[in-house]
Amino acid sequence: MSEQTKNFWAGVRAALPLLIGVFPFGMIYGALALNAGLDKPASQMMSSIVFAGSSQFVTTQLVHEAAPGFVIVLTIAVVNLRHMLYSASLAPYLASLSTRWKILLSYLLTDEAYAPSIVKYERDGVTPQAHWFLLGAGLALWTNWQISTALGIFLGTAIPESWSLDFALPLTFIAMVVPVLKNRPAIAAAFSAGAVALVAYSLPYRLGIILAALVGIAVGTFLEGRKSPEETL
Amino acid sequence: MNIWLIMLFGGLITFGMRFSFIYLFGKLHVPETLRKALHYVPPAVLSAIIFPEIFLRDRQLDLSLDNHRLLAGLLAVIVAYLTKNTLITILAGMLALLLLQVLL
Repeated sequence: MSEQTKNFWAGVRAALPLLIGVFPFGMIYGALALNAGLDKPASQMMSSIVFAGSSQFVTTQLVHEAAPGFVIVLTIAVVNLRHMLYSASLAPYLASLSTRWKILLSYLLTDEAYAPSIVKYERDGVTPQAHWFLLGAGLALWTNWQISTALGIFLGTAIPESWSLDFALPLTFIAMVVPVLKNRPAIAAAFSAGAVALVAYSLPYRLGIILAALVGIAVGTFLEGRKSPEETL
Repeated sequence: MNIWLIMLFGGLITFGMRFSFIYLFGKLHVPETLRKALHYVPPAVLSAIIFPEIFLRDRQLDLSLDNHRLLAGLLAVIVAYLTKNTLITILAGMLALLLLQVLL
């Protein structure tokens, strides 16, 4: 098997548990979009045009409330702000790719595609075919999102909430973050971000996540700089 | 505004934010401090997503033993630390949550 194929399927495999966690959300989104008054083509196409779960939920809500269009667009922008962090975080590992690849991978860059990919890149460093990993994870999640949206549109939310499938998401993120916590700055970054996320949870537009992430990043960077400047050069 | 226009603009902006640094990196000089800071994005962002999912119940902090997601989540942290295995971690966490829901 070529390096490309190997990386691609490793990405698909890494995304598998996330597919299970995301699937119910896709169905709920599909059902909600119809309820909010979007027609079937628009409900389905939003999943490929915007392709960002939480902003799609917010959009259906705002459409339902008949909010003005520019307000909805602005809200989508703010809810998806955190993707700039993902972009910055992955950028060094994708720097050598062609623009065409950068466009494709950027389009596929969701929370769930970002997480396994960055963990792999930080662990293994940049290998020539590593971008196939992100492609595999991204495409698997994309396909999953389109199918779950369609099922939500045509069947409604058929998965009982008591199955708690959505819990697979935080669990997968836990499995990814724990191995990253290798030193005190990283641990401090995680706990400070987590604490701020709890306190700031009630902020609108998922701004709490951005605020929490920025605080965590600042704490980690500060501690690393203080610890051993000569070591980190 | 027409829903298709809303989706188009929303999609373009979302794509633009995802593309921003991936496109600019290499074309701009990135200060060393910023490069270092980027290594803390994964622990910070992932924790910012995880904490509310397990510590909050109905948007309220719940540290009691009735918070099954907190117990199952903490178990998952321990399993992840010991095994470094994603699948085992998820299975342990899901199983713990289901058992807690059924038994308690």
